[in-house]
Amino acid sequence: MAVADIVARCGNLFEDLSFSAVRDWKAAAPGRKAVGYMPIYVPRELIHAAGMLPVGIFGGGDQLEVIQGDAYYQSYICRIPRSTIELGLTGRLDLLDGMLFPSICDVIRNLSGMWQILFKDKYVRYFDVPQNYQDSVGGAFYVNELRVLRDELAKLAGRAVSDDDLRKSIAVYNDNRRAIDELYDYRAKKPWQAPTAEVYLVLRAGLVLPVEEHSKLVREYLAAADAEPRARRDNARVVLTGAFCEQPPLNLIKSIEMAGCYIVDDDFMLCFRWLLGDVPLEGDPLENLSKAFLHHSASTASKYDVHKEDKGKPLVQSVKHYGAEGVIFAAPSFCDPALLERPMLQGVLKKHGIPYTAFKYAENTGQMAPIREQAGTFADSIKLWSAV
Amino acid sequence: MSTQTVNTAALGGAKPKAPVQKEDAMLLQKEMINRNYHELATARQTGRKVSATFVPGNLNELLMCFDFARSLPETNALQNGLRKKSGKMIMDAERDGHSEDVCTYVKADLGMMLQGQVGPTGEPLPTPDVLLLSYTGCFTFMKWFELIRQKYDCETVMLHVPYQGDGHINKNMRDYVVKQINENVIPTLERVSGVKFDIDRLRGYMRESVKSEENLVNVLQSAKHRPSPIDGYFGAVYYIGPIFTAFRGMPEATQFYDVLWQEVQERMRLGKGPVTPEGEIAEEQYRLVVEGPPNWTSFREFWKMFSDEGAVVVASTYAKVGGVYDFGFRHDPEHPIESLAEYCLGCYTNLNFPQRIDMICKYLDEYQADGLLINSIKSCNSFSAGQLLILREVEKRTGKPAAFIETDLVDPRYFSAANVKNRLESYFQMVKAKRVAAAAAH
Ligand code: SF4
Ligand code: SF4
Repeated sequence: MAVADIVARCGNLFEDLSFSAVRDWKAAAPGRKAVGYMPIYVPRELIHAAGMLPVGIFGGGDQLEVIQGDAYYQSYICRIPRSTIELGLTGRLDLLDGMLFPSICDVIRNLSGMWQILFKDKYVRYFDVPQNYQDSVGGAFYVNELRVLRDELAKLAGRAVSDDDLRKSIAVYNDNRRAIDELYDYRAKKPWQAPTAEVYLVLRAGLVLPVEEHSKLVREYLAAADAEPRARRDNARVVLTGAFCEQPPLNLIKSIEMAGCYIVDDDFMLCFRWLLGDVPLEGDPLENLSKAFLHHSASTASKYDVHKEDKGKPLVQSVKHYGAEGVIFAAPSFCDPALLERPMLQGVLKKHGIPYTAFKYAENTGQMAPIREQAGTFADSIKLWSAV
Repeated sequence: MSTQTVNTAALGGAKPKAPVQKEDAMLLQKEMINRNYHELATARQTGRKVSATFVPGNLNELLMCFDFARSLPETNALQNGLRKKSGKMIMDAERDGHSEDVCTYVKADLGMMLQGQVGPTGEPLPTPDVLLLSYTGCFTFMKWFELIRQKYDCETVMLHVPYQGDGHINKNMRDYVVKQINENVIPTLERVSGVKFDIDRLRGYMRESVKSEENLVNVLQSAKHRPSPIDGYFGAVYYIGPIFTAFRGMPEATQFYDVLWQEVQERMRLGKGPVTPEGEIAEEQYRLVVEGPPNWTSFREFWKMFSDEGAVVVASTYAKVGGVYDFGFRHDPEHPIESLAEYCLGCYTNLNFPQRIDMICKYLDEYQADGLLINSIKSCNSFSAGQLLILREVEKRTGKPAAFIETDLVDPRYFSAANVKNRLESYFQMVKAKRVAAAAAH
């Protein structure tokens, strides 16, 4: 398939707020169920092992008109919970048999309880992850939480979930993580061949497609993108951070690129890149998932850094690993985790002499001119800097 | 019992105001808070180590076992708010790179650091030796202490308290908190303080805590009487002060709650209403339940908007942020560590939405309240995100009117007196109309 076709397909999936792909998947065989999850991280392996489809619900974007959702939130709360409520109240999420709310912040946490009240007939779970990373402490807690979640999902699915089922699912997700790593490595190597606006759509498709199909799609895109020579521009290479929950509009991503920045790493869809590297298949699968979470998972504002020195290390590493020249802090308005984290990360970047710029957005931001201008100035200053 | 008059001008208020009415217990409370600030200010001279921790789920009894002087950054922020110092601190923090969107408690604290770490009473606050990040009911806490840690090189110990997502405290959650206390918190506190942990000492403090807890519940529940002898929101701020902060477990707290309970009983006997800064409420006109923290920067003005109308808050959720004692929890000296865990897990901000709604409905019923008022705080996602659903649900379930106002804790830019007053006036009208309609129906 040509790159344009793949991207068009992903674009359709992205724009389809009635989730037809999920409906089709469910309709393809009797008794199929789907479970929604919000950013940033839930162990999708467990849903998969129960034979259900994990569906990422990342807000309503800029295409959804939010009417009812606004009646649930004050103006000083970010957009994602209100558009998600809108999706729910307008029946668009009726196809989901359950919904998981990961511990990301107080807003999503509270939304889990609101969901219990608003959608009484659905399975709803707030999924707590430990902020203590010792196996015998946070690990023991987490393994138990995973066990409870596995049992509840098994009940919802109406079938037992064995350790072998789980191992198979872990293997499938390991492969997906590898495919996505390949995609990120490729983009960093040749960002003109794999623009972020496309990479983003390819990733987003993973929120609604079965994981096996998504891994295939990612690789198809890689092959197609590489086969089609594209013009290389003299853009500045940047890492974008802070967008791990409410998503920026696609136009914002395009604007950054058009303004002269190649995004070479980002935290848009952390759930796909949360566990770093393969989860082992030997041994107890829940223990393995726990260890992967505790010792080999991505760093983000919602996670505690045990040591002061750890703050910002992964960001600096990402800059080095992907050969970036600067960092763009893009955070949703009113996002406490991202905005409180930001000055600490900026302090670390300053120490390392890494330039940065920062702005806020909302999922329905319409005016791109200021962002384009800011990203453009940033790109110019980086180029000037490197020319000195 | 006596009611005394204090001149607020001495507290550093901008313009001289009418004298403030205070009960003995309120004066005692103020004295205790000031004493704690003095202890903190002189900690270096007296060779004491300093801890900082958060109010909800604080482990005060445990910190006392290691002789720490105890600072509570939220209390510092609110005291600075009451003294009208927080506005500048917040702006200083914003100038230093903090977003205008985030919790103003954090910015007030960071702004205070930028201004040279002078505490609310004018005495300097020492840099803490240890930050005990008891993470109950608010994600912002975690960022707050990480931010302080970036500035100061002090040790931080995390106590992660899982959220009651499904409305229960289960064994896994309890075991997790207990393990963290035993394996992380206690060893860190021992190392920093140089004091060996003695569980019997902890038990002793807890025995003392229980006495205060009993009396606090008596005081809060006295509002079930008509007229209510207390205000369960504005007045409760004074009542919860010692037990939610550095005093729970100390004989001073026991004494304070004894005095307070006696005062309240006397008021009940005399059929008197609450004492407000403007004087006693002559006649109770409205009985309200309030959800959400108060505004501190215009606290007195805010309270006056209620007391002028004879509106008394009979119960509030805010008075439960440092422990839902009225639903039965007590520190248990027989199982000290487990009960610390239960305490953390059970604070109001750690309850899920259905639990919060149940609690409010229960208050409306048991305290025979006319309706619910939500004070939504711009800063506080933990409290505020979803409060509009609380409002709808409570109205639906109880048939009682609910109203919504918006202010901030310590950012004076978000307190619009005219707006709040308008809202309140129309709310009181609504309550009255409901009452008339109900009377006509009978
Ligand atoms: S955008 Fe930020 S504040 Fe809003 S729900 Fe997500 S993490 Fe929470
Ligand atoms: S968000 Fe709310 S609970 Fe958390 S620190 Fe700020 S005011 Fe306190």
